[in-house]
Amino acid sequence: MAVEWALPPVSSEESPVTQEERTQLLQELMPKHNAGGLKPKERLAIPPQDMPQQDPAVRRRNVNEVALGYTEEQARIEAMRCLQCRNAPCVEGCPVRINIRDFVGAIANGEFDKALEIIKQNSLLPAVCGRVCPQEVQCQEKCTVGLSLKDVGKAVSIGRLERFVADRNRSQGVVPAVAPATGKKVAIIGSGPGGIVAAADTRRAGHDVTVFEAFHKPGGVMVYGIPEFRLPKAIVRDEIETLRKMGVKIVTNFIVGRTRTIEQLMKKDGFDAVYIGVGAGLPSFMNIEGESLIGVYSANEYLTRANLMKAYDFGKGADTPIAVSKRVAVVGGGNVAMDAARTAVRLGAEKVYLIYRRTEAEMPARVEEVHHAKEEGVEFHLLQNPKRILGDAAGNVTAIECLRYELGEPDASGRRRPVAIQGSEFQMEVDTVIIAIGNLSNPLIRQTTPGLEFNKYGNIVVDDHCRTSMPGVFAGGDIVLGAATVILAMGQGRIAAAAINEYLAGKQAGAGE
Amino acid sequence: MSHRIVRKRQIGEDVFWAEVEAPLIAAARRPGQFIILSIDSDYSERIPLTIAGADAGKGTIELIWQRVGKTTAELAALNEGDEIDNIAGPLGTPTHIDRFGVVVCVGGGIGNAPLLPIAMALKQMGNRVISILGARDKSRMILEDRFAEISDELIVCTDDGSHGRKALVTEPLKEVCSRDPTPDHAFVIGPTPMMKFCCEATRPFGVPTQVSLNTIMIDGTGMCGGCRVEVGGKAKFVCVDGPEFDGHQVNFDLMIKRLGAYKKLEQQAYEDYKQHKCRIGLHG
Repeated sequence: MAVEWALPPVSSEESPVTQEERTQLLQELMPKHNAGGLKPKERLAIPPQDMPQQDPAVRRRNVNEVALGYTEEQARIEAMRCLQCRNAPCVEGCPVRINIRDFVGAIANGEFDKALEIIKQNSLLPAVCGRVCPQEVQCQEKCTVGLSLKDVGKAVSIGRLERFVADRNRSQGVVPAVAPATGKKVAIIGSGPGGIVAAADTRRAGHDVTVFEAFHKPGGVMVYGIPEFRLPKAIVRDEIETLRKMGVKIVTNFIVGRTRTIEQLMKKDGFDAVYIGVGAGLPSFMNIEGESLIGVYSANEYLTRANLMKAYDFGKGADTPIAVSKRVAVVGGGNVAMDAARTAVRLGAEKVYLIYRRTEAEMPARVEEVHHAKEEGVEFHLLQNPKRILGDAAGNVTAIECLRYELGEPDASGRRRPVAIQGSEFQMEVDTVIIAIGNLSNPLIRQTTPGLEFNKYGNIVVDDHCRTSMPGVFAGGDIVLGAATVILAMGQGRIAAAAINEYLAGKQAGAGE
Repeated sequence: MSHRIVRKRQIGEDVFWAEVEAPLIAAARRPGQFIILSIDSDYSERIPLTIAGADAGKGTIELIWQRVGKTTAELAALNEGDEIDNIAGPLGTPTHIDRFGVVVCVGGGIGNAPLLPIAMALKQMGNRVISILGARDKSRMILEDRFAEISDELIVCTDDGSHGRKALVTEPLKEVCSRDPTPDHAFVIGPTPMMKFCCEATRPFGVPTQVSLNTIMIDGTGMCGGCRVEVGGKAKFVCVDGPEFDGHQVNFDLMIKRLGAYKKLEQQAYEDYKQHKCRIGLHG
């Protein structure tokens, strides 16, 4: 995906457009808009609205959110850029088919509540998805505005608009209505994005729903993985709170497969249906020399220490330590690699190198994350890959040895395959290495659930309705898809919930005990 | 759901025992498994502790820990009736209990705690159980009476000779291995260096030796990989692949290094904690 992202301004202060200018622009646009008379050409001429953000020099020193969110004026101006295409190609690009055209239209009209209502018909977590969805390869990639301007970076900023209406509504805390009790029990395993959606949708149908979480805090990857500066934890907390207000029970420190097996949940505890949304959760390592040295982390461990356990406050309250690093090498080119690199910056590292064996064009990370990482001083080392990690006598990392690569023929993924250049070894002095090359599927459910079908990668096999090989057991998200995104997990949570509701409608209440 | 401490006492120098409410874990746990706890939900670290016993009827588990750092000291400062916010488990793959014949169970210091349920299960399976317990001195010898109840033979030793034989556990272990017939299986749990030397002791005799590793851990479900060790030249996760491994295959030297990863920070945290405690004048 070789796209150029229109670079946002380095900070809100340096933004060339002032608040007054924006207000004036909106006032100019309003009469024509209200008369329904903005022509496509006029819409295309409206300048794309930049996202206000924390200055990179400042945000290097804090964990607060980087992107600050649109003002009302910005949101309305940005929404007026939308051409309201009859065929709405953006909707095709959305994994959960949000009616994007209509919600953007509602924002342009200043009908923010209506906009949120439209989004919520398809997506339960707009404040999350507005922040972490890779819009530039989904809805915004298809946007006619971006195509007309020959720059996907100039597409209507659908994600930012989604975030705007979601944030505006956050304080209001609307709790979805719940149907009368059906007497049927649903177990949701994992409280990540898929689990939250599956819990909400099955609870809305009147079932007695319990969410089981292995960690001591619910939220899954949104809490332990995605950092505060990209997704404030307060947002996740609100979503969990909404579930509680709906009457969903949330049980933490509960490891399905260990505390109880799926069979026990169904046969002894009387759960009529189970949704498995445990994520991937088993970090891949490179199997190179030196990977067990002190200072080598999986990104999961590094991010969990920093996010969930708040290691950035070690010595100021938090008890979980993390390496005090001067020079950090992060291996990988995905969003998790960016999160780890940017976390290392915030934890005080002087140098953070991001090592990726292909070029920037092949990086799976969102362009915006790559851009933010660069702004914050992360050094990109492309077409390089570690060969081994070196340490001192005490077992501490001292350096990483890499090989240089060049791109060869395309591989099965369609990306050009990186080929090592023989004899190109060189070393970089580092004290910390973070491996962010993806996750394998966690074997716990597999080992403890005979009868559940898995593929050769250890992912659960499901049909189009997220039904597994076991009656009453459904699954979705990373444990089915391999590594995916929040929105895809959410989409599967929704599909599974619909299938669970249908399954339970045809089942006698109270079965199982 | 928090977990009330039902009973608690000190059972040795810096060693504490507590019976804690955890009904689901009490019902599910099997020998060889462990829990991860954090005292409160926001800032506390998560530490793995072995389960020394459980009463499924009462819904309680027994925890034994040594005061070595801030979290274990905070835990030691809790009283009966106090609550621990989070206990997750049971974690790890349970011990493979079989009818081996003659088994030798070697415990070192705090390692006696996780060894006890394993020895009990081995005895119940009809094995002849020879227990060897070691500690630095008499004040650190724990659970001796309970091992006496279930062992066919019990050998107790201390480094300084203040109780039992003056010896390291490797000495009687070699003697037991030299007997005819040689033991069919050995189970060793204790400080990492002790497990390393016990494995060296049994290796020449060809006695299969199971060790239980206690590494740094966060989630305990395979998610972080912080607990990885090298077994037979391959990286294994203690939390899901273990905690028990064939001791003859474990790279103990690497493990010992990794255990020291946060030594400085841990010492700093413990010193700060002790200082703070003194200033506010609690717990003497």
